[in-house]
Order: sequence, then C-alpha cells, then structure tokens
Amino acid sequence: MSDNRLAARQIELEVLRYNPETDQEPKFQNYSVPCINEWCVLDALNYLKDNLDPTLAYRWSCHMQVCGSCGMMINGEPKLACKAMLRDYPDTIRIEPLNHFPIERDLVTVADDFIAKLKRVKPYIIPGEKRVPTEGEYKQTPAQLKRYRQFAMCINCMLCYAACPEYGLQPKFIGPAAISLAHRYNIDSRDGGRDERQEEIATDEGVWECTFVGACSEVCPKHVDPAAALQQVKAASTVDWYLEHFMSWVKK
Amino acid sequence: MGEKMSRRPYVREVPPTTWYFRMPRYMRYMVREVTSIFIGIYTVIMLVGLMRLSEGPAQWQSFLDALKSPGSVTFQVLALLFALYNSFTWFNVAPKALPLQFGEDMAPDSVVAIGHYVVWVLLSIFILFWAGVF
Ligand code: SF4
Ligand code: FES
Repeated sequence: MSDNRLAARQIELEVLRYNPETDQEPKFQNYSVPCINEWCVLDALNYLKDNLDPTLAYRWSCHMQVCGSCGMMINGEPKLACKAMLRDYPDTIRIEPLNHFPIERDLVTVADDFIAKLKRVKPYIIPGEKRVPTEGEYKQTPAQLKRYRQFAMCINCMLCYAACPEYGLQPKFIGPAAISLAHRYNIDSRDGGRDERQEEIATDEGVWECTFVGACSEVCPKHVDPAAALQQVKAASTVDWYLEHFMSWVKK
Repeated sequence: MGEKMSRRPYVREVPPTTWYFRMPRYMRYMVREVTSIFIGIYTVIMLVGLMRLSEGPAQWQSFLDALKSPGSVTFQVLALLFALYNSFTWFNVAPKALPLQFGEDMAPDSVVAIGHYVVWVLLSIFILFWAGVF
C-alpha cells in the first residue's frame, strides 16, 4: 500500500488550560506531540497526557463515538475528539473546551445545565395506555419506529449546544438535543406524554427561542438533525394553537 | 475524604453584538436575515402603490414614474435577488419541518423541496397570467 497511514507526524497542540485553584483565566499552552497520521485528536491527547503532561484534564471513555463525553472545540469547531482524525487537520491544532459551557478545568466543562434540561423534558416513555406485564408488550411496527429513529440516535455529546448561538446568548434556552429528545418521545406510538412535555418545550425557553440558524444539525456527529426536530415541534405547536382557538370559537 | 475540591467554573462570555463574526455559518445566517429587510421594504413600497392607486390616476402615474428612477430600479433588482436567495434557501430547508412517510419509509427531503418549487412556479405563472402579462 502506498498510503501514509502509519507515517509519523509532529503535531503542535495549542490547548486551552484552566486550573480553578491557581488561574484567574484560561490560557493556551503549546505542546509538540509525536503522532501517527491515522490517529484521532483523542489519541494525540492521550499520548500527551501519558508522556508529556499528566496534569491535563479532559473527558473521554469509549474512543468509538458512542459515549458522547469527548466533545471539544477543535480548530474552532465543536467535534468529538475520537472522531476528529489528524489526517484531516493541519500540523497545528487548537483545542478548547466546548463553547457556551463553563470551564470546570482545562477541557472539562460543567454539564449540569444540560443534564437539568434533559430531566425537564421527561425523556422516557410515558405510556398512553397503562398495562401490566401480563397484558403483553407494547407493540410497534417498523414504520412507527422509523418516524422517530433518527432522533433516538443522540449520544448527549452537547456539540449542538456549543454550536448554537441562541444557547450562547440565552442560556435559558432548553436547546437542540433536549428538545429533539422530547420530540423523539412525543412521536413514539407507545407514548402518551406529549402534553406534559409541551409545557416545557412549546414555550419561550423552548422551541420559540430557536431562530433556525441550523448550526446544531451541521455539527451533530450522529445525524440527529436537531434543527429538524425543533421545526417539527414548532409546526405541531402552531397547529395546536389554531385547533385550541378554533375549537373554542366553534363551541360558542 | 481527602481535601476539599475547589470548584470555580470559568464562564466565557459570548459577545452580544458581534457573535455572528465567530463562525462562517453564523454569518450565512445573518446574511439571510438581512435579505428579509429588503423584502420588508419592498412590501411597504407595494402598500404605498396601493394607496396612490386609490388616490386617482395622476397619483398612480407619479408613483409609476418614481419606480423608474435609477435608484429605485437598483433597489428593485437587489430586492429581487435577495427575495430569490431567501426563497431558495427556505424551500431547501422546508423538508425539515415537514417529514413525509410513504408506507414504511420516510420520503427523501427532495420530494418536499421539489413540491415547494412546483407550487411556486405554478402560482407565479397564475399571477402573471392574471395580471395580463401573457
Ligand atoms: S443532537 Fe447530536 S450534537 Fe446534539 S447532543 Fe445529540 S448527538 Fe450530540
Ligand atoms: S470517547 Fe466516547 S464519544 Fe469520543
């Protein structure tokens, strides 16, 4: 093979560092890391931590794009460090913690706000029809599955929040991933919890804060297309509004 | 349980008036938003035209003459280009809000987008016909 997959490559990493115990503000620290072209950015960070500077803090777990914990800004873009391949980058790479989240330490951000929002949208099936196990399972056809499947692929990596300018400006915004997940359950044929979730997401802090910039869908590593979910929630909520007002007029 | 962890999260402020310079995709969004200002101004001009029409033939004629000034023509060409840009970009994202399912499978985005273009062309032809252009 004539490719250079295993070629050695010296990569300059510019890493934004912040130590809450000693630093007033974050500052960049540069490292020259011997890498292999086929590595991902996470491999480079792991090499750095193992061999050059054990004090560097960052999150990761699976190294295979499923746990969602290695999100960071890589050359200004929100990326999974285990999905960002060195071969796609120049020799100097700038690494910062995810935008729009407070920095806990180095590349580790505070995710409390996102977790609280996830809980608010009740991301679990609230059965429309209560049954006991002896009555059998809740059945679903492949067609019913396909309606929401894409929105169920979210790995909670928060890249979409780091990309969303509305969330940056208005942190109360429930945001792309949490609303997409609410939508995923709302359109699940087994679910009956839409009214409860609408109270959270069909509001000014919910979908109506979204101006459809679309950045969330561009950065999502799992092709969830959160922007689509939010527009669908807007459309459905608008229909609700008309039905509600039209119905009350009909009743008079 | 060892020493106390010192938490002092650092918040990076987002510049409230210049945030859209931070990423090319934000600029693209802002450009699209700006195009709608031109569409808004054009709508106001149309309303003024209606008002002049109701005031009589002389007023209507002077309105038509004003539309032919070089400044006005430049503005109309710009507004047309911006309206086209705004419409194309809108039609291309419309499928996101309108998922269609035929049988088991979700329809490809192009189905909804093409539907929008077809309706647009038909409506335009109808209006031009109605206005006596053909
Ligand atoms: S929607 Fe996509 S970008 Fe957002 S948290 Fe889920 S997987 Fe990550
Ligand atoms: S380490 Fe799990 S997604 Fe990157």
